[in-house]
Amino acid sequence: MTAELLKKLCLLNGVSGDESRVRDFILSEISGYCEYRVDPLGNIIAEKKGKSAASKRVMVSAHMDEVGMVVTSVKSDGTLTISPVGGIDPRVAIGRPVFVGDSDIYGVIGAKAVHNLSADEKKTAPKFDALYVDIGAEDKAAAEKLAVPGDFVHFSSEFTSFGDGYLKAKAIDDRFGCAVMIDLIKSELPYDCTFTFVVQEEVGLRGSRAAAYTVDPDFAIVLEATTAADIPLASGEKRCCELGGGAVVSYMDRSTIYDRELYRLSREIASENRIKWQTKTMVAGGNDSGAIHISRGGVRTIAVSAPCRYLHSPSCTVKLSDLEDCERLASLMLEKMCTM
Amino acid sequence: MDLEKSIMSLADARGVSGDETNAAELALSMLKGYTDDCCIKNGNVIGRFGCKGSKPHILIDAHIDQIGFTVTHITDDGFLKIAGCGGIDRRLLLAQPVTVLAKEPLRGVICAIPPHLETDESKVPEMEDICVDVGLTKARAEEFISLGDKIVFASRCVKLQGDRITGAALDDRCGVAAILRALELVKDKALHSEITVMFSAQEEVGERGAKIGAFDIESDIAIAVDVSFALTADDSEVKCGKLGGGCMIGYSPVLDRGLSQTFKEIAEKRGLTYQIEVMSGTTGTNADRFSVNKGGARAVTLSIPLKYMHTPVEVISLADVENTAQLIAAYITEVSA
Repeated sequence: MTAELLKKLCLLNGVSGDESRVRDFILSEISGYCEYRVDPLGNIIAEKKGKSAASKRVMVSAHMDEVGMVVTSVKSDGTLTISPVGGIDPRVAIGRPVFVGDSDIYGVIGAKAVHNLSADEKKTAPKFDALYVDIGAEDKAAAEKLAVPGDFVHFSSEFTSFGDGYLKAKAIDDRFGCAVMIDLIKSELPYDCTFTFVVQEEVGLRGSRAAAYTVDPDFAIVLEATTAADIPLASGEKRCCELGGGAVVSYMDRSTIYDRELYRLSREIASENRIKWQTKTMVAGGNDSGAIHISRGGVRTIAVSAPCRYLHSPSCTVKLSDLEDCERLASLMLEKMCTM
Repeated sequence: MDLEKSIMSLADARGVSGDETNAAELALSMLKGYTDDCCIKNGNVIGRFGCKGSKPHILIDAHIDQIGFTVTHITDDGFLKIAGCGGIDRRLLLAQPVTVLAKEPLRGVICAIPPHLETDESKVPEMEDICVDVGLTKARAEEFISLGDKIVFASRCVKLQGDRITGAALDDRCGVAAILRALELVKDKALHSEITVMFSAQEEVGERGAKIGAFDIESDIAIAVDVSFALTADDSEVKCGKLGGGCMIGYSPVLDRGLSQTFKEIAEKRGLTYQIEVMSGTTGTNADRFSVNKGGARAVTLSIPLKYMHTPVEVISLADVENTAQLIAAYITEVSA
């Protein structure tokens, strides 16, 4: 995977329910390499022809949406009240620049000056209902010309390479998965398979539910980003997984108990091919597997995830070598599962 | 001088308290457009105008430093432990992108206890729990980073709607810009009194640059051009001025009431919008140092209203900066020209 493709994807704004800009970009990338359709929810279902027909129907899935916020009202002073879309800790929203609405109006989520905070206020982070976006509008009338309730709010966050092979951006969860699927669709694959770029993962695995029904697969590979807590304040198993430790394959998280055979297979394939492989040391998080593996009569499912620090913040941080390990493992798993 | 450009380039320069060089050198280069008699001394940028020795000697000051952090330790896994320089709002630190001003600037991200281990989203991390992730092992980090290196929020100035600008170090680079703009407004006038301009270091850690600068300058009158609180949705009208409401002229027991009154009268005479900022004791600005320098000086504060002070997304109105510059220029003209 190139960092350049991931950068383009991460810089696109697409909060759950507003994925059109991400979808348009993906369609422009995969057009000519596969047959695709867009379903009523906005999922892309892409049929990729391989060199031969597969004996099993395999669906590879990643979600296009990202966490963000939505404008709920315009106040008399021209600021905008907001609600989170998806799971965002309000402490990563306060004091950040944002984009509001389809025309990306620049704004900031400010905070009362630290000088004016009471001792209690200093120790208590405000909740979302106390946060607001300031676009610089002088009053309500000026603000209403630019923003209305229902407009989505996206973090403004540079895509930055730093340290030894690390990348920081918003929305790496799950534009990383989208980038891997674009690469796979553009490559020559041994077997036919289906790729789904789905909507609304962050608000309850909703796009993947409809897509899995439509595709009706035997197997599924979900590509994701998952929490890594390999930072000084977490030790032992609390670190979950580590950057630089390679592709993360879970046996269980809060949404899914993964197919045991596929889990073992992923480890064998990784080992045979010298791909770094790790699992999570806590049962935490969840992803589209939760909806896909119980679709229709059941789908044998595995998730291949990139370990990611500061997930669901504007500063998602990953290591390029892990992304490459994930891509190689996913590609080899796909080939194997097509003939299982 | 393009005021907007000047503000934005000054605010995008780096100058955490105690290491103001980058911002100070930029300010010095801009000051050179108005006087040859200027230098950086002990961190303070100082420029001299008018007739040396002629009374009253007027000091016009804005601080050049900004809040930030300093590296105190590199952990075994290469993360940086940090301490604050100036008043830090710990509520907004999680996942903030930062720049470590090491041998070469390094990007990083602030982290503390991860969310899955801290279920209370209202908990504010303690400074001792905060680290900076620079994506390096300890050995690699030590190649670039020394203890004491400064850290700033990685934030750039951006224009908002109307004439509003957001950025991280507008406190007090917009004050520096206002003084430079005032110098431009009076540049063709013959000044009969002595005027010294200072862009002072270390205000955010206790007005230390102001203290040593004022000692050398020894002015009769001192004007501290700083920022003050503009009303935000979560603050009180009693404590705050209004963004876009013009320069805030300070009244306080520690300021010279006659001087405050003079500025108010000049603003009225020139038709400049202004607001009164009443403080009941010390002002928290360099004026507190100036008034008790040596045998004492008459001091006043002129404050540019600013929202979200000490966050990476401070907000000002360009008109307030221009208005403050006009008021300073008018005062210089009345007293000195």
